[in-house]
Amino acid sequence: MNVVIMGCGRVGAQLAAMLDQDGMKVTVLDKDAYSFRRLPSDFGGTALVGDGTDADMLKKAGIEQADIFVALTQGDNRNVMAAQIAGKIFNVPRVICRIYDPLRNDVYESLGIEAISPTTVFAELLKKKLSETTQK
Amino acid sequence: MYIIIVGGGNVGYHLSKYLLSEGHEVLVLEKDAVNCARFEDDLGSICVRGDGCEVATLVEAGASRADVFIAITNEDEDNLVACQIAKFKFNVPRTIARVNDPKNEMIFQKLGVDSTISVSGLIFQTIEEKLPAHPLVHLLTHAASGIEIIEIKLHGKSKAVAKSARQFKLPAGFAFMLVIREGQNPQVISESTEFKCDDRIIALAPTGRENELRDLLIGPPESD
Repeated sequence: MNVVIMGCGRVGAQLAAMLDQDGMKVTVLDKDAYSFRRLPSDFGGTALVGDGTDADMLKKAGIEQADIFVALTQGDNRNVMAAQIAGKIFNVPRVICRIYDPLRNDVYESLGIEAISPTTVFAELLKKKLSETTQK
Repeated sequence: MYIIIVGGGNVGYHLSKYLLSEGHEVLVLEKDAVNCARFEDDLGSICVRGDGCEVATLVEAGASRADVFIAITNEDEDNLVACQIAKFKFNVPRTIARVNDPKNEMIFQKLGVDSTISVSGLIFQTIEEKLPAHPLVHLLTHAASGIEIIEIKLHGKSKAVAKSARQFKLPAGFAFMLVIREGQNPQVISESTEFKCDDRIIALAPTGRENELRDLLIGPPESD
């Protein structure tokens, strides 16, 4: 499996390390080389400096051979744009993107983009935890 | 018409000024307070501070009754997302996006934006055409049909000089239209038209393939 991950923040780096451990061929893309410090020293994949909303950069990252693309930068719009370029221009079979803004998340989900809103997920998780403790 | 503009920088300011003078209803969405104040001072209450990519802001702006939606910020990803939300969530009939990286033009169109304006592309093209040695000028691009109307200026060493139009087998999609000569009325090019030095030839070409016609009439760039 070839995986391209855009954004080497905490989540991106951790996901990259986990998939690398599972034996996948991982390429991580980030605008800032300093972000790659988060990758473990035994990371066997490729780390590439560049902007994932740039189609040429995605090509360099091997998007044409990718089976999976995950967009995990801090910018919702950058994630959405890169995810659509990966899915609709380069026909990557599985594309997932992070969208912090829940309303924007809904719009893009209705357009057939697989998106996760950490805001909603985390708020629901907290609510569940709190309701568990108050019931006691 | 009701026109929403996302991005209240310089382009947004002058664009909204023009659209107001044409009698349109204009609303500008801008994140920066200083930029917003400039609108308030000069043009009245037409600028709302907010993020044009946010659904809540667009609801408040009345995006569902907008006729045209224009996104002209400096960030391509913001322009794309604003236009997509306007089009797919609020059904705005016409969305226009500024494209800062020329190669995003095609991508934006594939992703549903109705029209794109490539700023660096426009500047580049204008400068290229102002270079004295440049023989090819883009007169008009018709995006819907994928054709360009171009002007090619012949010089002494051009391949077409002293040849007639019938000697050229133009590929499909290309056509000669007019020849313009100093001191004469433009003439429609017929098969018997003979080209001369300093002729300006107006022709039709498929978008992106105009250089083929230049190579045919003038020769490849090395021999210019």
